[in-house]
Amino acid sequence: MAFRSLATRKTLSLGLNSTRLTQSRALQTFSLPDLPYDYGALEPAISGEIMQLHHQKHHQTYITNYNKALEQLHEAIQKGDSSTVVKLQTAIKFNGGGHINHSIFWNNLAPIHEGGGEPPKGSLGWAIDTNFGSLESLIQKISAEGAALQGSGWVWLGLDKELKKLVIETTANQDPLVTKGPNLVPLLGIDVWEHAYYLQYKNVRPDYLKNIWKVINWKYASGVYEKESA
Amino acid sequence: MATSLNLTLFPSQGVLVNPGLPGPARTLPRTKPQRRFLRKGASNLITAKFELKPPPYPLNALEPHMSQATLEFHWGKHHKTYVENLNKQIVGTELEGLSLEDIVVVSYNKGDLLPYFNNAAQAWNHDFFWESMKPGGGGKPSGELLDLIEKDFGSFDQFVEEFKSAAATQFGSGWAWLAYRASEKDKKLEVVKSLNAVNPLVSDYFPLLTIDVWEHAYYLDFQNRRPDYISTFMEKLVSWEAVSARLEKAKVQAAK
Repeated sequence: MAFRSLATRKTLSLGLNSTRLTQSRALQTFSLPDLPYDYGALEPAISGEIMQLHHQKHHQTYITNYNKALEQLHEAIQKGDSSTVVKLQTAIKFNGGGHINHSIFWNNLAPIHEGGGEPPKGSLGWAIDTNFGSLESLIQKISAEGAALQGSGWVWLGLDKELKKLVIETTANQDPLVTKGPNLVPLLGIDVWEHAYYLQYKNVRPDYLKNIWKVINWKYASGVYEKESA
Repeated sequence: MATSLNLTLFPSQGVLVNPGLPGPARTLPRTKPQRRFLRKGASNLITAKFELKPPPYPLNALEPHMSQATLEFHWGKHHKTYVENLNKQIVGTELEGLSLEDIVVVSYNKGDLLPYFNNAAQAWNHDFFWESMKPGGGGKPSGELLDLIEKDFGSFDQFVEEFKSAAATQFGSGWAWLAYRASEKDKKLEVVKSLNAVNPLVSDYFPLLTIDVWEHAYYLDFQNRRPDYISTFMEKLVSWEAVSARLEKAKVQAAK
């Protein structure tokens, strides 16, 4: 039993903001990370109303449900209830994926006065030119993939660490990029669920995709790229 | 006591996720192709085109439960775009002249979706959705429909719970349905949910009622509060007359 209680102390760290311990058995719970800017700071590209709902309601709900699922998973593991363990995987993927993806997303955006929209320099800029010809070409491809995605999902710029190249991928629902390949690291993700743009852009997803580039935080993407390709 | 199925249809695999179900749908018997055509000008060219049918009520008639703004965008933009894009896709192909239902089933292609599936199925789904609602809707069904609901779900309230649960737990975009299935063994009602554009036609069900749970269906009125939208739909919008009429049709077709 000593081994089992050690296993429960293993923190479920995703490198994201972790929080207080809520149980003596040290099951880590997650909480909503603060946005690094005000809700209205990305206007007019993304409205303050959307940012607030997106952050305080949608992301928070994923976290609440993720914590609940993890708690249930924890119990099921303790009891050796494999059936429940497996049954919980869907809820963990949906809600944990939602937490992962949105945490990345907030960092992918920045107000214009803080560098939002400024093209990437350094090694990422060079890699984009090499892989796609130009930043404009990359943007055009990502926007096209995002617009064509049926239903809900994300469009990603990722780094394939093994093949050492940049890739564009889409994922359905809240599947994280890693579900498309274990060597894929997300540099930039754009949420194309309708909740990400509907109040402002309605059915015209392509307009959302055109405007979001004005507030994309290439500094963050560059930072991740440099770290992961070192 | 019946147990209702919450099954999720995943188009990419073409397989019903719940393993207890019968296998992939057999192909529906081809109905006689129904031509809906417009005569084009002086050249007397007949083209088969689908039209955007308006809901059977004015766009403001479902207020305050579903706003006019929602109808204007949902029907006037989303639904319209599906119909227009479908027409563009099928022009000059062998699909011209088929009924919309036939195009949906053919392009589902056992889950390996053909390019026109999304537009065809969404065109069909939305027609079905508008007709599933009415001003002053809600309440309870009566007669044979109620009897069947009570037989297959235990009670009307239990049916409502299952339907609401299916609608609330369809992750991402999709639909929840009340559907009728007739086989040699059994004739019963089931609650099913489906992803994106998929609908129960492709699995040999007769759809009776649907609720659209794509975010565009409720975001202007309810934002993230999908459960509130679902409750409002059940309490204030459902047209049980439409559902009963569809059940009658389904029984006749099943008897064939």
